Amino acid sequence: MERKILLKNVDVPGIRTFEVYRSTGGYDSVEKALKKMTPDEVVEEVKMSGLRGRGGAGFPAGMKWSFIDKKSGNPRYLICNADESEPGTFKDRYLMEKLPHLLIEGMICSCYALGANTGYIYVRGEYKYIIGILNQAILEAYEKGFLGKNILGTAFNLDIHVHSGAGAYICGEETAQIESLEGKRGNPRIKPPFPAVVGLYGCPTVVNNVETLANIGFIVNNGGGEYAKYGVGKSTGTKLISACGNINNPGVYEIELGLSVREFLYDPKYCGGVKNGKELKAVIAGGSSVPILPASLILKTAAGEERLMTYESLADGGFVSGTMLGSGGFIVYDEDACIVRNTWNLARFYHHESCGQCSPCREGTGWMESVLHRIENGHGRTKDIDLLVSIASKIEGNTICPLGDAAAWPIASAIRHFRHEFEEHVLHPEKCINSTIRQFDDVTIS
Amino acid sequence: MLDKKINHPLHAKTDIPVRFSEETLERVRKIIERYPAGKQKSALLPLLHMAQEEFLGYLSVDVMDYIASLLEIQPIEVYEVATFYSQYYLDPVGKNVIEICRTGPCAICGGEAIQSYLEQKLAIKTGETTPDGLFTLKAVECLGACGSAPVMQVNTEFYEFLTEEKIDHILDDLRRKSSEEKPEASKWKEKFF
Ligand SMILES: Cc1cc2nc3c(=O)[nH]c(=O)nc-3n(C[C@H](O)[C@H](O)[C@H](O)COP(=O)(O)O)c2cc1C
Ligand code: SF4
Ligand code: FES
Repeated sequence: MERKILLKNVDVPGIRTFEVYRSTGGYDSVEKALKKMTPDEVVEEVKMSGLRGRGGAGFPAGMKWSFIDKKSGNPRYLICNADESEPGTFKDRYLMEKLPHLLIEGMICSCYALGANTGYIYVRGEYKYIIGILNQAILEAYEKGFLGKNILGTAFNLDIHVHSGAGAYICGEETAQIESLEGKRGNPRIKPPFPAVVGLYGCPTVVNNVETLANIGFIVNNGGGEYAKYGVGKSTGTKLISACGNINNPGVYEIELGLSVREFLYDPKYCGGVKNGKELKAVIAGGSSVPILPASLILKTAAGEERLMTYESLADGGFVSGTMLGSGGFIVYDEDACIVRNTWNLARFYHHESCGQCSPCREGTGWMESVLHRIENGHGRTKDIDLLVSIASKIEGNTICPLGDAAAWPIASAIRHFRHEFEEHVLHPEKCINSTIRQFDDVTIS
Repeated sequence: MLDKKINHPLHAKTDIPVRFSEETLERVRKIIERYPAGKQKSALLPLLHMAQEEFLGYLSVDVMDYIASLLEIQPIEVYEVATFYSQYYLDPVGKNVIEICRTGPCAICGGEAIQSYLEQKLAIKTGETTPDGLFTLKAVECLGACGSAPVMQVNTEFYEFLTEEKIDHILDDLRRKSSEEKPEASKWKEKFF
């Protein structure tokens, strides 16, 4: 049986409006938290739920909240990270478009737990129409007394504002996002200090992903223990997976963690298998930054066990034969996909999006892009492949923020699992299996 | 890196008077109020979106200086932000800016062919503007709509599951509407009420 937490009511007509949302039990958690629970009790329930950050890193949400500095006496802030720019990821957009009140409800409970009187939703600038939807929902919540002063007659005050980005993947990184919210370039800060101590305007700040916050209402209503009954082991709850690439049913799915990758990929309820009856070649399971896995390793672990959609199972085998759940951006490649071209494409992405503060990332991503472009265009040299591995290893771990790692992993993993394809491109570029794509080689690179 | 070169000499002046309407200024005040006192610089990103849309379609030095004066910050603080973010244009653009997604998931679903088709239909290269000033074609990174690949954005409206026929249709439609004013409801300032 499919069990849903977030998208349970997504098909209810008019669910985007306050009235309908409220009639389905929406905002009950705010009443419960504010009237019957202390902030610490809310934090405890979130800890007990085992909910892990849905933005990519999977850090336990309750634990992150408990780091917030309560002694400084400074105002505290909650930032909802709706920058969603990781290639392959489009779940937050879906959630905000369909269920804006679910996010606002979760944010109210979260701000109460953190003692924050201001929350910002940082939305990527490309989602302009979502900004309108969110502002409409916020307006309704103010009118109904769920935002503003003395919420529901309690002493709790809260303002939530939407802030727009303007096109920069790096602003999804939490400290870059804080800089951007302060009206600056999105250059990540050195950590420590962590945002929980020195964040927005130098004040204690928690940054959480949209999906993470959308889960809080359920946890408050039903208790952390109930939430933890969903999922398996340390992967509790459900997860939104955005599926794309060469599949029959691209889209956003809420799955209970623990579903097998095979079922997710082939069941008509989800991806519905590879498009046009082609063979599966590879999958990037958690957004472009996580290692790519060949068909043989995505369905089963190296030890031959069924691979599951959980943080642990996808990571089984480390970076040698595993990957990560990441942001839940599930990209499927069929037999015709050219791994070399795709790797060059992603290298170009990371080069373009590097903020340029650290030399290994700024220069390394540029080198990786050029070397891959050379191979893809038939001018590669045999030693280029090891050169790429070497550049990737020198970026990894040597930068201010994880974008450097995120740029290195896709390339290192593509070469690890598809080395023969890179060699083939160097030796016989004319034989590229993907001649249909190669004829567009003269597409302008800007 | 995202850094873009500013092609105009820094003191280039346009003839267009730069001042938001009273109505927009009221919006501006409301946006500034969303941030704590003294932190009005936080309003820079939303204001630049509004300025780009309201004045020239791109950010001239005059426009950037005006925004700096509104927020009581140094012009350089505006320039460094405007050069960092890809949605701010520093050079004149056509009436319609077409941003085609070029990233992996779109590319494996036919995005590259669509980009080529756009270049062919508009008879320009990516990055250029048509001589009639109607279209500028840009290639951008993942638009967060990979499930509807290939996708593009025109003046921040999304177009999904693109095919050549759809492109023909969209371009015709945009040409037909080229003399019309942009609908109020789709403007940046309408999203921040
Ligand atoms: C380069 C980079 C981009 C990121 N982009 C996003 C993003 O778009 N959305 C997001 O929620 N987290 C993103 N993150 C992760 C955030 O830094 C942060 O860990 C997350 O928002 C915390 O929320 P969570 O604990 O609820 O997952 C990104 C991280 C890096 C390094
Ligand atoms: S790793 Fe890259 S993106 Fe991150 S701070 Fe350094 S240069 Fe900027
Ligand atoms: S890759 Fe085109 S929208 Fe994500």
